[in-house]
Amino acid sequence: MKRKLAMSLQLFWSFLKVAPTAFGGGYAMMPAIERECVERRQWMERESLEDLLSIAAAAPGGVGVNAAAAVGFRMAGSVGALAAVMGMTVPTFALILLLAFAYRLIADLPKTVAALQGLKGGIVGLIGLAAWRMGRAAVFDVSTLIILGGTLASLLLTAIHPGWLIAGGLIVGSIVIAAKDRLGMRRRLERPRVERQREEELCPEYFI
Amino acid sequence: MWTLFWTFVKIGCLSFGGGYAIMPVIEYETAAHGWMNATQFHELVSLAAMAPGPIAVNSATLIGYEIAGIAGAVVATSGMALPSLVIMALLSLVLARGAELPLLRKVLYGLRPVVAGLIAYAGLRMILPSAAEGVLSWTFLGTLAIAAGCFVAMVKFRLHPLPVMIGSAIAGIVLF
Repeated sequence: MKRKLAMSLQLFWSFLKVAPTAFGGGYAMMPAIERECVERRQWMERESLEDLLSIAAAAPGGVGVNAAAAVGFRMAGSVGALAAVMGMTVPTFALILLLAFAYRLIADLPKTVAALQGLKGGIVGLIGLAAWRMGRAAVFDVSTLIILGGTLASLLLTAIHPGWLIAGGLIVGSIVIAAKDRLGMRRRLERPRVERQREEELCPEYFI
Repeated sequence: MWTLFWTFVKIGCLSFGGGYAIMPVIEYETAAHGWMNATQFHELVSLAAMAPGPIAVNSATLIGYEIAGIAGAVVATSGMALPSLVIMALLSLVLARGAELPLLRKVLYGLRPVVAGLIAYAGLRMILPSAAEGVLSWTFLGTLAIAAGCFVAMVKFRLHPLPVMIGSAIAGIVLF
């Protein structure tokens, strides 16, 4: 128990240090997490960490929090997972509340309104990039294109909860894969790789 | 408070694809509960984007704060993080072998297009209100220009998001 506690404190501290690198998305954190967990603390092998990270990317929740939970759990059970996640979340939590306070004070200034409008543009740019990258990795055959189209149509035209769309996509995807297997059709599970393809395009989840 | 907590737990469970893909879900729930209107929501999202940390979690924090002060912020954030914790813990057990299951790829096949759609939708929701005065309005075109600029900056020049965001805020002051 004592060891778990000590380990949990270490976890908390390590992830606390990693947290600020989260700006801009998950990928920014990856090297930091690797450096901390594999090199500094020597908690696990690089390959194991990478496996964990791919799961972290695919599972619900942000990569960062997921990665923290996984590493924490691996090292010290539930207590460890909790400690790691808190380390990851607390600094940004405090920071953003501070930001909210500060914002309240200057919210009505015309300059602030203008800056915010500009910021919206920036965010749209960021979102555009994420959508583009994800789209390129996600859509590479007719079925995936249809799923994308269906999702957009549903979001724009109906009031269906996005959660259902996620379920729908999973179901449709499975059906398509099973059907293609049955019919003996060739199928790809991902975009065929081109040499020199950059990291961002292969693992888009890290960038959002 | 309970409603707040459970809503974010629900959101947390559905937060596939992370980041902006979650925003439509958050927006949906926020509207459904009548917590705030669209304008307030977008303002909040801009603020969440400014801060370091995942935008989704930040949004949860801010929404919680808006509704019930600091306690609300804590509740919302925990609610959102909880499913991640539990699911990841379970998954890491199951996949302890370290084998990359073809199952993962199959899941991603159907999931990713949906996520791409969600992200695209989030983007549209963010920018369309700026066209309230008309598609050719200065507000809309200016915002679009900034968006395009940021996009190019990140793709062509491989700039890190942080300076890009700061730049967009400055561009906003200049243009508007």
